[in-house]
Amino acid sequence: MSVPISAPELLSRDFLEVRAKILELAACLDRFQRAAGSVEGDPRMRRIAEGLHLLQSADQPDRAEQVQLIFSLPYEEGWRGKWNV
Amino acid sequence: MYYIDPHIHMVSRTTDDYETLAKMGCVAMSEPAFWAGFDRGSVDGFRDYFRQLTSFEPKRAGWYHMQHFTWMCINAKEAENVKLSREVIAMMPEFLDMPGVLGIGEIGLNKNTKNESIVFLEHLDLAAKRSEQILIHTPHLEDKLKGTRMIVDMLCDDRRLDHSRVLVDHVEEHTIRGVLEEGFWAGMTLYPVSKCTPERAVDMIELYGPERLMVNSAGDWGPSKPTAVPDFIMAMRRRGHPESLIRKIVYENPLEFFSQSRNFQFTPPEGLPTAAAK
Repeated sequence: MSVPISAPELLSRDFLEVRAKILELAACLDRFQRAAGSVEGDPRMRRIAEGLHLLQSADQPDRAEQVQLIFSLPYEEGWRGKWNV
Repeated sequence: MYYIDPHIHMVSRTTDDYETLAKMGCVAMSEPAFWAGFDRGSVDGFRDYFRQLTSFEPKRAGWYHMQHFTWMCINAKEAENVKLSREVIAMMPEFLDMPGVLGIGEIGLNKNTKNESIVFLEHLDLAAKRSEQILIHTPHLEDKLKGTRMIVDMLCDDRRLDHSRVLVDHVEEHTIRGVLEEGFWAGMTLYPVSKCTPERAVDMIELYGPERLMVNSAGDWGPSKPTAVPDFIMAMRRRGHPESLIRKIVYENPLEFFSQSRNFQFTPPEGLPTAAAK
């Protein structure tokens, strides 16, 4: 099923919202840096960095799904046998 | 536009919320049994909860000309207590033939543990033996992908289950495909922060089509918005989708799914008595 309105229309409609979200993210990262202590090396920061990197891939048509995967624990094949359930 | 919220926890909401939902166009809702925010201590605690779901909540909904349906279970958060879970599962048939009880739910996984899996499988067994419909909760955040795949494994391993009578709820971008490909229904929960936004739900409709898909608010005692389905309707309109498509997702699809339950008797809003006719 296609998107009924055009990409330029969508951009015009959503531009300010996207800008606001990027700004919010930037301010969050600044806050982490400004606060006492350090989050460097925290695995959650690595995931955030991976997510931000992924957003820059111009030819990625499923960014939302890929971001979800970055923040997901892995599935284990054969789990039922391992637990005997 | 009339709509049905297929997953909302009205026991946690005020009567004012019922009135607001009615004013927004809600004509019916289904309420799966869930976690009360604390672990209940006895099977009688669940019996009283099920009485509330089957007697008082339909009455409150009726005050505003809405119809209330419900589902029975012990939820995944309390499934770590396997002994109590088995007592509740044994008691559930007292309620499963009552009017408005659509089946077993919301069962599922929370932290993807062995005990949760055992209790989930025992619910599935009861559902298969009694030919009940099933409504499934999938885990939150980082546990969702793994838990949803474990749930789909258990469902697919039980050949007695009819996939078209199972709703797997709280799907998101990374879990929706696997659920739909196996022939299950899928629900998208519009929830602040931890689940799905109206705009992302519209994206998934555009990517996967409207078949076997529903949207719900899962309004409960935590941060949640009981009027989230109207937000989705507005997001669909702003995206340029036709009213017929929106109606299919928020009204016709829930009716089609629920109609498979023997205890589902629905009167369309046009057929409800007016105050003057009572």
